[in-house]
Amino acid sequence: MKLRIKFTKQGPVKFIGHLDIMRYFQKAVRRADIDIKYSEGYSPHQIMSFSSPLGLGLTSNAEYMDIEVNEIKSREDLIERLNKEMVEGIEVLECHELTDNAKNCMSLMAAADYTITIRPGKELADYNDFWNSIMDFYSQEQIIINKKTKKSEREVDLKPLIYDLHVDGEKLFMKVSSGSTDNLKPELVLEAYCRFLDIDYPEFTFMVQREEIYGNTGSETEVNLVPLGLIGEAVE
Amino acid sequence: MRKLALSDEILLKVEKPARYIGGEVNSVMKELSETDVRFAMCFPDVYEIGMSHLGMQIIYDMFNRREDIWCERVYSPWTDLDKIMKEEQIPLFALESQDPVKDFDFLGITLQYEMCYTNILQVLDLSQIPLHTADRSDSDPIVIGGGPCAYNPEPLADFFDLFYIGEGETVYFDLIDRYNENKKNGGSRHDFLEMAAEIEGIYVPSFYDVIYKEDGTIESFLPNNSHGKETIKKQIVVEMDEALYIDKPVVPFIKATQDRVVLEIQRGCIRGCRFCQAGNVYRPLREHSLEYLKDYAYKMLNATGYDEISLSSLSSSDYTELEGLVNFLIDEFKEKGVNISLPSLRIDAFSLDVMSKVQDIRKSSLTFAPEAGSQRLRDVINKGLTEEVILKGASDAFQGGWNRVKLYFMLGLPTETVEDMEGIAELAEKIAEAYYKIPKEERNGRVSIVASSSFFVPKPFTPFQWASMFQKDEYLEKAYLVKDKFRQMLNKKSLKYNYHDADVTVLEGVLARGDRKVAALIEEAYNNGAIYDSWSEHFKYGVWMEAFETTGLSMDFYNTRERSLDEIFPWDFIDCGVSKEFLIKEWQTAINEEETPNCRQKCSACGAMKFGGGVCYEAKN
Repeated sequence: MKLRIKFTKQGPVKFIGHLDIMRYFQKAVRRADIDIKYSEGYSPHQIMSFSSPLGLGLTSNAEYMDIEVNEIKSREDLIERLNKEMVEGIEVLECHELTDNAKNCMSLMAAADYTITIRPGKELADYNDFWNSIMDFYSQEQIIINKKTKKSEREVDLKPLIYDLHVDGEKLFMKVSSGSTDNLKPELVLEAYCRFLDIDYPEFTFMVQREEIYGNTGSETEVNLVPLGLIGEAVE
Repeated sequence: MRKLALSDEILLKVEKPARYIGGEVNSVMKELSETDVRFAMCFPDVYEIGMSHLGMQIIYDMFNRREDIWCERVYSPWTDLDKIMKEEQIPLFALESQDPVKDFDFLGITLQYEMCYTNILQVLDLSQIPLHTADRSDSDPIVIGGGPCAYNPEPLADFFDLFYIGEGETVYFDLIDRYNENKKNGGSRHDFLEMAAEIEGIYVPSFYDVIYKEDGTIESFLPNNSHGKETIKKQIVVEMDEALYIDKPVVPFIKATQDRVVLEIQRGCIRGCRFCQAGNVYRPLREHSLEYLKDYAYKMLNATGYDEISLSSLSSSDYTELEGLVNFLIDEFKEKGVNISLPSLRIDAFSLDVMSKVQDIRKSSLTFAPEAGSQRLRDVINKGLTEEVILKGASDAFQGGWNRVKLYFMLGLPTETVEDMEGIAELAEKIAEAYYKIPKEERNGRVSIVASSSFFVPKPFTPFQWASMFQKDEYLEKAYLVKDKFRQMLNKKSLKYNYHDADVTVLEGVLARGDRKVAALIEEAYNNGAIYDSWSEHFKYGVWMEAFETTGLSMDFYNTRERSLDEIFPWDFIDCGVSKEFLIKEWQTAINEEETPNCRQKCSACGAMKFGGGVCYEAKN
């Protein structure tokens, strides 16, 4: 039985890296005595996979992991058992049963929502107006940045990768392309915005939080974004 | 959410910020208003090393079972954070509450190896606690040291208010109760130290005066306070099963060096290797019962979710119920995906059988620790391992499919000759030859034999505490000699030889057998940038050499000088059970190249019988 589990990553645990979060869940699953499936071979490992890594220092309300189990009492019971084993800041929110042929959460990833706030104590001088030009920025036809890789530097247009960008109260909200092909880091949008404002990118100023991850159930041209928890769900 | 002591900005700048945030599974949070005593337990090295230490987990668990005590953990900030904390004057904090260490009642520091001494000063310095016990006020925490290096606490005497000599499970609660009593009575720091000095096993260094002779050796070591005892007696757990073990080990988020459940099966050792401090100071051998260990194996695996369990002891093959325990672990946990990792066992039919069950033979290697290259020298050190046994074990293992062997040796042992050193290469060669005696079709590829040598450092409370050391260059010459011999071996392509650095060795020698004067050397080195000395990339030999110049201390006085049998050693005031008379006898037996039987073969009256338990009474039940 395939299950998709949604959890948060808040507070101090935002300093735990992706690989360590994986190791954390492997142990939590054993503590919760969940009848997880193991791979074959000399050193069997739990069948468990995660959505894309969250950068160190970022918080999230929507992290996903897929596991395969032999049997569970109920999805509610699994959530309860896991939550008994969680540390502060990591909370299991949802558990969905998937069809056997469902793709894993990593390969499904097509987009993600982020909110950005200014870190307390790091308020910019013109803080109140800081996001004022965001619509001017977003309404440009192209948002060109120089993307540096280890080998080369090339110009990339971010515009087609940004699906939504707006200010919501004190926060900046963005829905951007995510996943293995066109992964757009929210920091890159913020860098482009700072360049647009003609200011230096202020280090350690923005607090980025992932709010949701989506898969695309439409086609490449007719995009239909659906939260990962709702894709491939088995009908009960 | 818990507040962190460090800002996001700092945590994002430093390597592995998870070292500093606490909040791990099974870490203990308490309400400050409901606790009377705050104990900061420190391992003065980086988080991943400190978190791997069993003793600290035992004490942490023990303290936190008591409602009125909150024990928290402290580790050395890595060099990147060390710099930031010093620049920004951020006080060192404990992981759980993230509160400054200076606000605690106690700062306990475990002394596991000599090369962490500058890190102790780092911890005090960052905590903003005066380095010298003499400069501390009533508002500073009581700084207490324990662990193996506390068996010669003298080089650290200036920096500690108290030392705890022996096993943590014994008198700590008594100490805390007296602390509370004194606090209630409005007593001073000095009043508490006097009360503490009354407890067996507690040593208050400031209550003693040392007078030196003109040649620098000790003339007298006497209490200057009526509460200071002339002899400090080691405290031990006599009945191991009566002591509590760890119910819920703290599980680090990041990978620690020892990232598994560790089951301590016994304390002490019957072997009596003459170079080994642990084998002497932890006497007598005391075992846990099989039932006790089974119970804790379940508890700890369930409480942590680890997928690996390992056994801990000085010599696991000597545990009387080893077979029952190992079979239990395999039967009970192997199916559940739990790996069983065995410490280096004596290689025999039983251990090979077990190893083939729990390890992938292709990936594992055999480990032998002959320690010396010739039988003569192995007799001197009382390492009861013969060439015949090694070759038989290796042959059996080769037939079972193994093809990798690790060998551990020491150079610079007392009475060592060129033949002994060359014997290291010759022994490795004989093992390779044993492999090629197996018919070609039964061999599993090529054999690989890796021999490593460290340089021997004499330790207090061993028969070799009288032994002279060498100078740095002489150590290196010994290693070159062995390396040359390896090059002459027939199967040299299957052999590899590594040797340790000699810089650290000579310094470890000074710290291990040092006296109170050495404190100034440590402080001078720390003030000039020495820190993380056990990490080769951070070890600054030059800084230490300059510190010798500045303080006027001589390395040769501590290392290469001949010590006479009637010399008063800095650690002689400690009674670790094993008597000085026994150690002298063993030292002479060693020079005569004679072996001493192990505790199960025959009691040699070392003195540890007076503790009233363990192997000393096994046959008398």
